[in-house]
Amino acid sequence: MVCLIPGLLTGTVSRLTGTEIPTLGTPLWSLTLQHLGLVLVAEVVVLLIGVPLAVVVTRPGRAALMRLAEAITGLGQTVPTLAILALAVPVLGFGAPPTLLGLFLYGLVPVVSNGIAGLLAVDQPTLDAARGMGMTDAQRLRRIELPLSLPVLMAGVRTSAVYNVGTATIGAALGTGGLGTPIIEGLSQQNTALVVIGALLAALLALSLDGLLGLAVRAEE
Amino acid sequence: MIELRHLEKRYDDPVTGQPFYAVRDLSLSFPDGEITALLGPSGCGKTTTLRMINRLIEPTGGQILIGEHDAQSLRPEELRRQVGYVIQQIGLFPHLSVAQNVATVPELLGWPKSKVQARVRELLALVGLEPDLFAGKRPSELSGGQQQRVGVARALAADPPVLLMDEPFGALDPLARDKLQEAFRDIQQNLKKTIVMVTHDIDEALKLGDKVALMGAGALEQFGTPDDLVRRPVSEFVRQFLGEDALLRQLAGVPAGRLARPGDAHGLPQISQDLNARSALSVMLRERVDTLAVTDESGQVSGVLSWSDLERA
Repeated sequence: MVCLIPGLLTGTVSRLTGTEIPTLGTPLWSLTLQHLGLVLVAEVVVLLIGVPLAVVVTRPGRAALMRLAEAITGLGQTVPTLAILALAVPVLGFGAPPTLLGLFLYGLVPVVSNGIAGLLAVDQPTLDAARGMGMTDAQRLRRIELPLSLPVLMAGVRTSAVYNVGTATIGAALGTGGLGTPIIEGLSQQNTALVVIGALLAALLALSLDGLLGLAVRAEE
Repeated sequence: MIELRHLEKRYDDPVTGQPFYAVRDLSLSFPDGEITALLGPSGCGKTTTLRMINRLIEPTGGQILIGEHDAQSLRPEELRRQVGYVIQQIGLFPHLSVAQNVATVPELLGWPKSKVQARVRELLALVGLEPDLFAGKRPSELSGGQQQRVGVARALAADPPVLLMDEPFGALDPLARDKLQEAFRDIQQNLKKTIVMVTHDIDEALKLGDKVALMGAGALEQFGTPDDLVRRPVSEFVRQFLGEDALLRQLAGVPAGRLARPGDAHGLPQISQDLNARSALSVMLRERVDTLAVTDESGQVSGVLSWSDLERA
């Protein structure tokens, strides 16, 4: 976390090891924030769609629907992100929208599959008792199923967020900005230090996010 | 009073379309303020019957009356909040504290917080769990016996007139089971709930049931007091199910002290009043006598127990 804030410090450290670094149009801290913003927006959409989807397909009598949902979301991850972006650009144009779409499709899988796994893992007698006490389906979901499946779901959210910090670097190719910018600039200028800076910051961002979400889960327990 | 009228649960085989009756034409009244044990071999439909009473399973025919009301006239959730429910697997909510577990139904019913809190403490004390010690604990910190005490407290929380219990003591080790059965019998003596208790354990049915309803293959075989079933079985099925040692099983549920009467205990072998009558019989056989002296807690002789007293058990 601390390493992230003085983003330019990392730059000077890299300067000592590598070649000279041309100053970028946008400062590194701003790119980092941009990157984080992309990932968070995508993650919010993933949660808003993924969690209800997991809930809907785990209701009794919907085994077929559940397999379908898993297959379709799984498809989103097997298609290379680059291909998704390339296909999305003609429709959505350049910039943030196609990148967000890619991040959404890519991040959806762990959230949906963990959401389903978490909900299915809730002990059957516990659910039977909840019904027997007179809880409605909605009360049972809110009071019993969601709290009990939260740890598994959160593990999926962590995986999803960490994936997407990496995936979001590709967005720079579409002019979305973010930490992909120094990587692409570095590639085009054959400046390894720039590439390293981008990669390093993205990795640090991923680790910090993972750590933060981990802390949140532990606080919950 | 709970009354079942021609209750039926039919399942149709999805492939052949053949009907299968889990419960068939079952008519039965569970008397107010008594424990009725629903006894029978596995697959006889006893659990299905129980779960139809609070509509966890919907009947395919017949009628269930709870008090004046047809069970079908209420929303299932409303019905269940008025009927306590205890299951073998206990099913406590693992992410909630003991107090929160017990508070489940009162909260669903929208009781004010202070009333819920007071009720939770009262119930924990009732089932023998010190409220200050246990209220804040998680279910995973309790032993199986303690967990089921919480399960019983949770079922009684909103003071329902009716309590449904599905093998409530079945998952406990024998020692914990005995203790909880005793505690439960004491609690019921004060509360006088109308209790339907499913069990496949003959000893448990004879020991706890004021009445026993023996089921076989979806239908009622015999309904009566434990004595009726043991001494006056109506069919070969009943006799065979209870076994030739049924009388001994019944004696095992009766403390010797309850059968003892005043008499001259001079020179007789002594037993404690807490010893069960079957063990007392065993002592008679071993000592080759037909009368024993029964002693109270302090070891003083309080009465005698003879062979003929056992027949009254």
